[in-house]
Amino acid sequence: MSTTVDTPIGAAKTMVLNMGPQHPSTHGVLRIALELDGETVVKAVPDLGYLHTGIEKSCEDKTYSQAITLTDRMDYLNPLGNNLVYCLAVEKLLGLEIPKRAQYVRVMLVELQRISSHLVWLGTHAIDLGAMSVFLYCFREREEILKIFELFAGQRMMTSYIRIGGLALDPPAGWRAAVAKFLKMMPSRVDDYETLLTKNRIWMGRTQGIGYITTEDAIALSMTGPTIRASGLAYDNRKMFPYSSYEEFDFDIPTRTDSDCFGRYMLRVAEMRESLKIVRQAMDKIADTGAIRTEAPGVVPPAREKMKTEMEALIYHFKIFTEGFAPPPGEAFVAVESPRGELGCFVASDGSAKPLRVHFRSPSFINLQALPKLIEGQILSDVVACIGTIDIVLGDVDR
Amino acid sequence: MSENTSENTNVVVEHLRAWNAKAVAEVVEFRGETTIIVPREILRETATRCLQDPELQYNLLTDATCVDRFPMEPRFELIYHLVSIPRRARLRLKTKLSGSDPVSDSLIPVWPGANWLEREIFDLMGIRFTGHTDLRRILLPDDWEGHPLRRDFPTQGFRDVPSTYIPAFRKPHS
Repeated sequence: MSTTVDTPIGAAKTMVLNMGPQHPSTHGVLRIALELDGETVVKAVPDLGYLHTGIEKSCEDKTYSQAITLTDRMDYLNPLGNNLVYCLAVEKLLGLEIPKRAQYVRVMLVELQRISSHLVWLGTHAIDLGAMSVFLYCFREREEILKIFELFAGQRMMTSYIRIGGLALDPPAGWRAAVAKFLKMMPSRVDDYETLLTKNRIWMGRTQGIGYITTEDAIALSMTGPTIRASGLAYDNRKMFPYSSYEEFDFDIPTRTDSDCFGRYMLRVAEMRESLKIVRQAMDKIADTGAIRTEAPGVVPPAREKMKTEMEALIYHFKIFTEGFAPPPGEAFVAVESPRGELGCFVASDGSAKPLRVHFRSPSFINLQALPKLIEGQILSDVVACIGTIDIVLGDVDR
Repeated sequence: MSENTSENTNVVVEHLRAWNAKAVAEVVEFRGETTIIVPREILRETATRCLQDPELQYNLLTDATCVDRFPMEPRFELIYHLVSIPRRARLRLKTKLSGSDPVSDSLIPVWPGANWLEREIFDLMGIRFTGHTDLRRILLPDDWEGHPLRRDFPTQGFRDVPSTYIPAFRKPHS
């Protein structure tokens, strides 16, 4: 790679240190060229692309429903959110209305996903800064969420459960008990994490006043998600541009004004509590019976029962899975609030069965842009804290 | 969903037209989304207006991307998605670029966040941005040839294709 820091290497006072791509605290394969003056970072140049898999290009070669499995693999801590944003974009292109029951199941699962993603973030961020035990506790609770996903979709991580027009399957028997058990357990566990960290002198020393960014800078650099909310701006797509019936839920958007790593930690912990509130409400809203897919012959696969009794249904099923369906020519952009920020999906159709262009606005990629702003002028050990606090997922950065 | 009411949209379009009659070449309404097609020459001016006008206030550049409509001409559509946080509104700015001259003004002076987004478009689509401070490839290696998201770039790629190699079938265990 020819990425270098501009100033001549070895000149008077500074040295260039290469961090990554195989560095445990870069959360994947991120390389940063750091120019150091003693221990102070003078300049930082991130270098990405080690995990680029060309998902956007691959989508152009698949039918609309085939591309769903690719979205799982993008931000691998938020597969359900990726499924959701892609399906919402295609549904917007098609002009489909989704049954309320399916919308509530989507909301519940996406909020569980948010909690599990924040748990991975908290665990890895803490281990980066030297608090080993938090990691083990977080992964213990995350395991319970993954078990719920396995119950729903048969898969722990690459769920592909949210489909165009609704859901892949009816919620399984026993899901209510599983989610209720989790909801009963989780609030006290969140308190436990706070006991371990919030008033911990070492944790406070490593995070308070580190990685400061003003609201104006955050907006100018297109930051979204917890990073901008910790800078005092309540920008959250769930409230600003509600999707999937979020307007029917009662929850708050936590904000902080300290704009540093500690503020972003407190904010994400508060978000976990809000997500638990949403999951609880969604559980009450989901009826025991009802449609999980919209009726759209030729676009949404018919119910299994219909296929066995109606010839048209069988024909539609066959056609959907062999040649796909063709939305009207046009473009649609949908943005949802992923655990990392605004996750957008832009789909352009030329009227054929394969998308002309699929583009994902990935929050990790755009938030990472602010990393040099966060770490320049800080000391080397704080670089790790700042990478952790943005909460990047390299699968989402590089796509 | 990110829907502007049609009333809201007309205000935006009228406002831009009142400022500069040439700013809005075309308006497309589809599924509640507004797309304003801007001539390439005044893209940066229009973007600045969108940011600074007190009645528009599109202060967040959320996304930038490009669509290749090869073999149609002009084949490239450069797209910027804007959000006005105070007004709770979204807008899509679009400008069309020909295949022979895929160059546009960089919007970094308007929204600094455009930096990596435009680098990504340059890397994958081969659009060049004048006034960009750091126009290097971002996702692909620096020695990569071509721009893979163009429609005339094969999905399998031009190189590293195991075209003649056929793996031998492994015999099942007896």
